[in-house]
Amino acid sequence: MTRVLLTGNGAAAWGARLARVDYVPAFPITPQTEIIETLARWYDTGEMRGRLTLLESEHSMITAAGAAAATGVRVFSATSSQGLLYGMEMIYTVAGWRVPFVLVNVSRGLASPITLESDHNDLLAARDSGFLAIVCATCQEVLDSVLLAYRLGEDPRVRLPVIVNLDGFTLSFTREPVEIPEAARAADFLPAFDPQGISFRASQPSSQAVAVLGGTPYSYFRYETHLAALNALPVYDEIAGAFEQCFGRAHPAVETYRADDADVVFFMMGAFATKAKAAVDGLREAGERVGLLRLRLLRPFPEARLRALLAGTRGVAVIDQNLSNGKGGVLHTELASALYGMRDAPLLASFVGGLGGRDIGAEEFYEMAAVTRRAAQGGVAPAPRLLYTATELREMRKLQAVAAVERLETGGGQ
Amino acid sequence: MSEHVIQRMKDLPSTHLLGSGTPMCAGCGGLGALHEIYDLLGTRTVFVNAAGCMTLLSVYPFTPFRGSWLYTAMASAPAGAQGVRDALDILLEHKRIPPEDDLSTVVLTGDGAAYGMGLSATSGAIERGLDFLYLCYDNEGYGNTGQQFSGATPHAARTSTSAGARGYSGEKKDLFSIWTAHRPVYAATVIGAEPLDLAKKIEKAKRLTGPRLVLALAPCPTGWDFDPQQTVEIGRLAVRTGIWPLKEYLDGKVVHTRVPHPRQPVEDYLKTQGRFRHLFEPARNEALLGEIQARVDAYWANVE
Repeated sequence: MTRVLLTGNGAAAWGARLARVDYVPAFPITPQTEIIETLARWYDTGEMRGRLTLLESEHSMITAAGAAAATGVRVFSATSSQGLLYGMEMIYTVAGWRVPFVLVNVSRGLASPITLESDHNDLLAARDSGFLAIVCATCQEVLDSVLLAYRLGEDPRVRLPVIVNLDGFTLSFTREPVEIPEAARAADFLPAFDPQGISFRASQPSSQAVAVLGGTPYSYFRYETHLAALNALPVYDEIAGAFEQCFGRAHPAVETYRADDADVVFFMMGAFATKAKAAVDGLREAGERVGLLRLRLLRPFPEARLRALLAGTRGVAVIDQNLSNGKGGVLHTELASALYGMRDAPLLASFVGGLGGRDIGAEEFYEMAAVTRRAAQGGVAPAPRLLYTATELREMRKLQAVAAVERLETGGGQ
Repeated sequence: MSEHVIQRMKDLPSTHLLGSGTPMCAGCGGLGALHEIYDLLGTRTVFVNAAGCMTLLSVYPFTPFRGSWLYTAMASAPAGAQGVRDALDILLEHKRIPPEDDLSTVVLTGDGAAYGMGLSATSGAIERGLDFLYLCYDNEGYGNTGQQFSGATPHAARTSTSAGARGYSGEKKDLFSIWTAHRPVYAATVIGAEPLDLAKKIEKAKRLTGPRLVLALAPCPTGWDFDPQQTVEIGRLAVRTGIWPLKEYLDGKVVHTRVPHPRQPVEDYLKTQGRFRHLFEPARNEALLGEIQARVDAYWANVE
């Protein structure tokens, strides 16, 4: 095995290459574009065998991805943010086709206002679509997760498309040392695509994605998709085990870091968990029993695992890099529902931060741990917090002052 | 399918491939055209469907197609065709399927998608040179939802969203020209009521590779308000009055395959349909009738 410096985007492309994907319907969008450029180059040079087609929109791209998977080839695609939302009708649609393929989403904040840097609202917009979702925190994990995602989605007990998520900028454009598995080992882990009878062939005519009339067949097929997604929980554990045996790297559904004896844990997903780890180390040095649970598998949601891992924990600082307007952090809601009714369930404190690439500083992690610890001691959940520092607010006021002066000077708003 | 060239009615296929008992309306002009077209295209086809009336052809667990079918969404059927075509090409190239398992990709769409929401995906597919046949049944409105006006609705037609005294204020969009501006390999207008003309064009389109449009005017008893038994007659009148020119585009040139001579007055066509009744009752709207006739005359003045 070789260890090289790769960006998260480069790692995603390598994952697709090692999965020997036949077909890549594509559409450019920042910060994802490097993935499709890399794959286009490899198809051009013959390092990969297959075809990349540049569509005219993500809506078409997801349609083509689903249609090609329904014809019986291994498909890969990638998008981000507005692109994922533009394709959202088809995200829901192709999940119901029960055709496995992998879509890498490079997370980026959603308009409005339009921006470039990362948060998880784009991914969470696809939460209920039927796609499975694996959320990465390192470049190595991106490569590994693409391979895992194909095994998972293509498993006869599952048969669903999978999103592999990485954070824009913090992972997509950050070089980290990545071990690139040998092609033969990757092929051992992930055999050639077996369409399992879902295909279009002249000798075997078939109708796919047909309409239904009424709630009875509709409910049946919707329930089937849900049950398949639930099947993916044990299947994921099995596959992650096989992956670890093959490559020596563990990728559990929920990553734990110094959480065994922790009475306060951070709960979050994505690359900022690396910052949380550093904060945990700092707090441990100061004698605090703090740990981290990082959610890797967003869908299916590993509810039982979380309950088991959080038994004995007194407080959880849930850090949401997303915001459901009018409700709050989505992970907070998800975790609360998972723990509801659990005996001696830990107290949850909700924090929203890291929107649109905003940093979460070490002091903020310390403060969140302290707030959560105090709340757990008092037995009352604190009001949800929207992370924002006084310095940030001062900077924002300066921008507003500039805007106000400009409007006055140019005669606008008169 | 026999590969002989169709010259006379006798040459048309005598076996019919599309099953009966579909939920299309009685007298559906689109279904009539589809019957004729499917007999010629055959079953080694995959119909990639955009949301519209004909989405209801394949409702679980039934389908009238002996070949294959994929429903996509309203806007992206051409992209679905792209995915299927690309996948089949890859499988053929890699010898993972035998050549005889190949299929022709056919997009089946109504005018609602074809003239509006689906234009971007269609334009993209043509510019990529996708090898597909694009079959649009044009009933000049969003028929499946109760005939609201679409980009295909003709001037003055009454629809459920243009029920005023002057009907629809816009003009029917020229989809044929939008296609030919892309320089596809083939484009044609057809109508089910002229089966020989239709068959000749389908035969031609079938032999070509690349983006191909077949645009079928689809008289619609429910949307246009006429008795279902009139479908064929109204279709013929659409041609004889010159309101629906039968033509094809090949090698960069447009040729009219039927030049009606003499052309019947356009009101012979309009008065057969309830959607134009307000042009005749309670009083003849001479101005509007004149306007419609003048447009048809101007079109043919450029042809003849």
